[in-house]
Amino acid sequence: MAVLTEEQSMLRDAARTWTQEKSPVTAFRKVRDSGSAIGYDPAAFAEMAEMGWTGVIIPEAFGGSDFGYLSLGLILEETGRTLTASPLLSSALAAASAIILGGNDAQKEAWLTKIASGEIVATLAVDEGAHHNPEKTALAATASGAGYSLSGKKTFVLEGGAASLFVVAARTAGKAGDRDGITLFLVPGDATGLSRQTLKLADSRGVANLTFDNVQVGADAVLGEAGKGWDLLDKTLDRARAGLAAEMLGAALQAFEVTLDYLKVRVQFGQVIGSFQALQHRAAKMFTELELARSCVEAALTAIDENAADTAELVSLSKAKMGDVLHLVSNEMVQMHGGIGMTDAHDAGLYIKRARAAEATFGGQAFHRDRYARLNGY
Amino acid sequence: MADFGGDLDGFRAEARGWLEANFPPSMKGRVGIMYEEGRGPSDPDFRAWVKAMGEKGWGVPTWPKAYGGGGLSKDEAVVLRQEMQRIGAWSPIGGMGVMMFGPTLLEYGTEEQKHRHIPSIVRADIRWCQGFSEPGAGSDLASLATKCEDKGDHWLVNGSKIWTSGAQYADWCFCLVRTDTTKKHEGISFIIFDMKTPGIEVRPIKLIGGNSPFCETFFTDVKVPKDALVGPLNGGWAIAKRLLQHERSGIAGGSGSGARGLFGTPPVEAAKTYVGVDEQGRIADGELRSRIASHEMDAKAFALTIVRAGAEARSNQGPSAASSIMKNVGSAVGQQRAELLLEIMGHQGLGWDGEGFDEAELTAVRTWLGGKATTIYGGSFEIQNNIITKRILGLPDPLSNASH
Repeated sequence: MAVLTEEQSMLRDAARTWTQEKSPVTAFRKVRDSGSAIGYDPAAFAEMAEMGWTGVIIPEAFGGSDFGYLSLGLILEETGRTLTASPLLSSALAAASAIILGGNDAQKEAWLTKIASGEIVATLAVDEGAHHNPEKTALAATASGAGYSLSGKKTFVLEGGAASLFVVAARTAGKAGDRDGITLFLVPGDATGLSRQTLKLADSRGVANLTFDNVQVGADAVLGEAGKGWDLLDKTLDRARAGLAAEMLGAALQAFEVTLDYLKVRVQFGQVIGSFQALQHRAAKMFTELELARSCVEAALTAIDENAADTAELVSLSKAKMGDVLHLVSNEMVQMHGGIGMTDAHDAGLYIKRARAAEATFGGQAFHRDRYARLNGY
Repeated sequence: MADFGGDLDGFRAEARGWLEANFPPSMKGRVGIMYEEGRGPSDPDFRAWVKAMGEKGWGVPTWPKAYGGGGLSKDEAVVLRQEMQRIGAWSPIGGMGVMMFGPTLLEYGTEEQKHRHIPSIVRADIRWCQGFSEPGAGSDLASLATKCEDKGDHWLVNGSKIWTSGAQYADWCFCLVRTDTTKKHEGISFIIFDMKTPGIEVRPIKLIGGNSPFCETFFTDVKVPKDALVGPLNGGWAIAKRLLQHERSGIAGGSGSGARGLFGTPPVEAAKTYVGVDEQGRIADGELRSRIASHEMDAKAFALTIVRAGAEARSNQGPSAASSIMKNVGSAVGQQRAELLLEIMGHQGLGWDGEGFDEAELTAVRTWLGGKATTIYGGSFEIQNNIITKRILGLPDPLSNASH
C-alpha cells in the first residue's frame, strides 16, 4: 500500500465500509439476477455520487474535489473487491478525464458538474471490433453544414445502455491505422440516428454496441482540436486503463483472500488442504504476484497525478501485469475451491467472468506488452 | 529530489567535495571489479579508493562512528548515495562482512567483539566467510552437525561445512556449530574464528560455470578461544535467522549476485544486434520481442516494488509485506535475464573460452550458469515460499503422518 495522505486514508476507509456493508457481492448478484439492462443499481450509484466519489478527479470549480487519480483508484480497488457494478469508471473517470483534458470552458461547464453530481452517466465509445485498437478508429465524421455527420459503429461501450453522453472517437481525415485525423466528439445519447444494442456478456455488466447513422453534431461538439485528437484519446485511455487496473487489483485481492480462507478450513485426508505444499507454493506465487502488481498500479496512478513523462509506460505495465495476475488468481480461485467453485452459487464464477472482461477492456495483456515495447523503442 | 533542509545541504556540499577529491575517475562505472575472483584486484586506483572510503567509514555510512562507521543519519546516507551516483562512484567496501556479519555483530556482539571486528570490516582489511551449510544440512539448515565441545579454556570444533563462499580467500569465519546434540534449533551456537587456526582445511569446489566461488571446509580438532562465542550458548539460531535476513535482502537488492545479471548487456540492445529489427524498428523476431517485453516489465515491477517497500518502511506503516518476496523475485528476474541474453546471442552466447567470442559473450554464458546458484543459496526458492506461506499467509505445516 502506497504511503497515503490522511484524506486518502479516510476516503479508502469510507469506501471499504460502504462496499462491505452496502454493496457486497450479494448486491451484484441481485443486479445480475434481475436481468437489468443497464447492469448496475442506480440507487447504489446515487449513494456513491452522494459521497462525492463521482467528483474525485473533477476540479472544484465544476463540483468535484480534485483529489486525483490515486484517490479514485483507492475507491475503485474497494468496489473491485465486491464486484460493485457502477459507472464510476466509465463516467466519473474515463469520460470525465476526456473533458478535463480536452474540453473548453463551455464544455466543462455543461458536462463536468453533471458528471460530478451523478446526474448523468457519460462514457467513452472507442472500440469498433472485438479487440481494443484505438489507432484503427474508422467511424467517419464528415463535414456537414456548420458541423459534422457521424456514421459507423462502436462496440463494447461500457455503460452503453445507461449513458446519456458519449465521448466518441471518430475519423475526420486519414485512414484506419493513422494517428492523424482522429477527432473526439461529445454526442448526447438521444441524438437522432444513434441507436444502441445492449449486450449480455459473461460478466453481466452494462455494455452496448452503438450504430451511428448520419448523426448530426455541431462544431461545438468537437472535444479538443479536430483531426488532432490522438494525444487526447491516448491520455484519456491511459487514465481509464489505470483506473480499471485499480479495480482489477481489488478483485484479485478479494479472490485471493477468499481462496486463502478456504485453504484454511477445507479438510481432506484429515487435515486442512492449506497444509499441502503443492497448494502452499501456488498461494505464495499469487501473493508474490499481487505485491508486484500493486507496485505497478500505484505507480501508474501516481504518475498520472504527477503528470510524469513515463506515464504511458507505467500504465501499460500496470494493465498488463494486473491482467496476468487477475487471470492467474481467478483461475486458482475456481481450481482450489474444487467442485464448489464450479457452482453458480459460489462467488468464484463471478470473479473469473469479471476477470476476463476486465482483461479485454482497454487493451489486454498482448496489446499492452506490444505498447510497452514500442514506447521503449523496440 | 526531496528537500532535506539546510543541514543536509551542508552535508551535501561536504560529501560532494570529499567524493570529488577522493574518487579516482578511472574507477567510474567499474563496479564489476568488485566481483573479480581472488583477494581483490591490485589496481592502485582501486586500492586508493578502498583506503579512502575505509578511513572515512562511508562504505557503511550508517554504522556507528565508535566502531569506524560513517555515523551518518539515514537522510545523510541518502544524500551520500545521490552524490555518489551523480559522479558514477560506488562503494568498494563489500563482501559478507558488510552485508551479513557486520550488521549481525552490531546487534548481538559484546562491546569488546564490536571494537575488535567492526573496524576491520569498515576498512575492508578482513574478509569474512560464512560457515552455515553442511553436506547434510542444506535447506534444512538446523540439522547441522559440526560439533563444538567446551574444553574448559577453549572450544574444540570438529566437522565440515560446504558451499563456504570465498573460504579460500577469507581471513575469518562466522560459523554455526552444534553445542547440544539433544536439541535441534536450541542446540546451535554462533562462533567466530581465524581461518589460519590449525586444523582447518579448505578445498575449492569447481562449479558448472567453471569458477570456484564456493569451498568445502573441514575442521579437525580446531581449538577456538572461549571469547569466540557470539550471543548466548545454544542461542545461535536466532542470530542465524537475523543474519539470513540481511543476506536475503542483499541478494535481492543488488549488493549480492542475484541482481548481478542486470549489470550485463541489456537484452533489447543485444536483440537489435543479434536478431535485427524490422522496418518499424521493432525486434524482428516477434515471439522473442514479446518475451523480452515481458521480462523488462517483470524487472520494472520488481524495481517499483523495491521503491514501494522502501517508502513504506520509512513511513509509519512498519515493515512492508513486500519485503518477503524480494529474494525470489530478484533472483528469478536475474536468471530470466541471463537466459534471455543467451538465447538472443544464439551460438555466440555459448562460447566458453578462447578465440571467436567477445567479452560480453563470454560473460553471458558464465553469468547464466553462475546465476543458477541464486535460487539455491541464502534459502532456496522453495524455502522462501515456505516462509511466505507460513509467516505471512498463516498456512499450517502438514501433518507428518498424512496419508495423501
